[in-house]
Amino acid sequence: MTDTTKKGTTRRGFLAGAAAGGALAATAARAGGPDPLITEVQPWAQSLGDGVDATPYGMPIHFESHVVRRNVEWLTADTISSVNFTPIHELDGTITPQGCAFERHHAGAIELAKPDWRLMIHGLVERPLVFTYDDLIRFPRENHTYFLECAANGGMEWAGAQLNGCQFTHGMIHNMEYTGIPLRTLLAEAGVKPEGKWVLMEGADASSMSRSIPIGKALDDVLVAFKANGEALRKEHGYPVRLVVPGWEGNMWVKWLRRVEVGDQPWEHREETSKYTDTMADGRSRRWTWEMDAKSIITSPSPQAPITHGPGPTVISGLAWSGRGSIREVHVSLDGGKNWQQARLSGASHDKALHRFYFEFDWNGSELLLQSRAVDSTGYVQPTKEQLRSFRGVNSVYHNNGIHTWWVKTNGEAENVEIS
Amino acid sequence: MSRFPELLLLTALLSAPAAAAEAPRIGRIALPEEVAAWDLDIRPDGFGLPEGSGDVLTGEELFSERCALCHGEFGEGVDNWPKLAGGQGTLDHDDPQKTIGSYWPYLSTAWDYVHRAMPFGDARSLTSDETYAIVAYLLYNNDLVDEEFTLSRENFLEVEMPNADGFFVDDRATTEVPAFSHPPCMTDCKQEVEITMHATVLDVTPDDTTD
Repeated sequence: MTDTTKKGTTRRGFLAGAAAGGALAATAARAGGPDPLITEVQPWAQSLGDGVDATPYGMPIHFESHVVRRNVEWLTADTISSVNFTPIHELDGTITPQGCAFERHHAGAIELAKPDWRLMIHGLVERPLVFTYDDLIRFPRENHTYFLECAANGGMEWAGAQLNGCQFTHGMIHNMEYTGIPLRTLLAEAGVKPEGKWVLMEGADASSMSRSIPIGKALDDVLVAFKANGEALRKEHGYPVRLVVPGWEGNMWVKWLRRVEVGDQPWEHREETSKYTDTMADGRSRRWTWEMDAKSIITSPSPQAPITHGPGPTVISGLAWSGRGSIREVHVSLDGGKNWQQARLSGASHDKALHRFYFEFDWNGSELLLQSRAVDSTGYVQPTKEQLRSFRGVNSVYHNNGIHTWWVKTNGEAENVEIS
Repeated sequence: MSRFPELLLLTALLSAPAAAAEAPRIGRIALPEEVAAWDLDIRPDGFGLPEGSGDVLTGEELFSERCALCHGEFGEGVDNWPKLAGGQGTLDHDDPQKTIGSYWPYLSTAWDYVHRAMPFGDARSLTSDETYAIVAYLLYNNDLVDEEFTLSRENFLEVEMPNADGFFVDDRATTEVPAFSHPPCMTDCKQEVEITMHATVLDVTPDDTTD
């Protein structure tokens, strides 16, 4: 037993080393000698693994401990009103695991039990209502998959290349399958009066997060969601109930939702005046920039996911999405936008959701300037950063959906760069 | 000023039948005390503002006790905490200073946000009068009123915010979307490509998961 344990430790050490230096492992496999991982009986092929009662609710295996949310300390004054980043460089497909899906709080992630949760609908309605959680789940449900992108995703990159990794430049995003009640169902129960043109959504946390939403959107596809990816919302994502506002900036997806007020005007609250307004070069600012425009990013290779296998067959993997519809095409350039080729869309295609694209090619080992360009179902083509700056300047903070560039060097490392 | 008492009355009349409304099949009718407890928000037209008032000097004392640790004695901001005053005329500069005085279009937003969400870590602890006083002090720090000023529900809408006209509704649909909706170039799109900026030069990215 002791021998086996020691042997196991040694093997794990070897494996970890091989994973860290992928090129080395590839070389060893080509060396010609018999592979001891095959010719020697491994401990996992001999002794027993964990029983089914070892992990009632599992976490990822420890080899994947780097696939976690990350904070960038200098971005905010403290970690309570702050943001962290989804490790999109390590994920594939489109569904974001909830445990590493990014967080953005304004007064911290609060603990609100289902029995303590109340939702109030009032204002310009026929009858003001209060719902408990048990009430909510008696309404007919729907399931939809949508991306949630923070309005500030990529905001640090407006003036140029700053953070080295797509987790940091594009990771204020997650994509989940939500189960919820259409807001229009709840509003119908209260009876919106004809003069009701706007809806104020407010959270139960100390920031009293509130946003005004026009009644058209509220009656269209907004969901009052209580499950994500099949299970209850995570505490940090609004447990037990959050708002889902498909295609629109993440700030409007009010978490720990407690209040819906119907009114005849927008409220112009802090998060739609001081924040989430986009300042143009002339000093005037756009307000109510709700939709998140078509965008894409190559997640691998990228600064945190270098090419380790050397020249030869290489997979480019990435994400594309649009707040105005689905993704029609993604183009990939290897030469900084001189020439473009069609990428391959893989998996489900939903409106206002993440799409996975791949582009397979034979890398000859020379430098690359990798870019991706999304085209959505409306025909909108993801612009370059220069095109965006020509309209907005560099101080708009939010809504940076410009084409991003990775410089891949001959050793396979990648860097966040700006190009002419 | 004179607009909102009528609005409040109008709303009271409109919501009067609600109390007598038939119970819903799911949920229940919200009681007036419950709505009053949660419906604290204020609108630019003054809708929602409660009775009360507060002057600059009272606001200065309150601000010093409750706010200055993060926002500075004069709203100038400590470390990375938000600046609440100054920055007027900088919005078209390279690094615009966006404060209540330089940027916020409506005074109602300041009152509403302070009252519902501040102080950070002790929200909902300020009375209406305290909120009027703190907002009066913030106006003073932004050189918008003198030190004798008292802010009240009655004169609330008379205060002019410098950047009130600084905002316009999202125009992407008529400006950017048409410009970005042409069939894109696929081959020989440009002659030269040069790297103009490297993220590694700044070196502000956290190194590994222990950072």
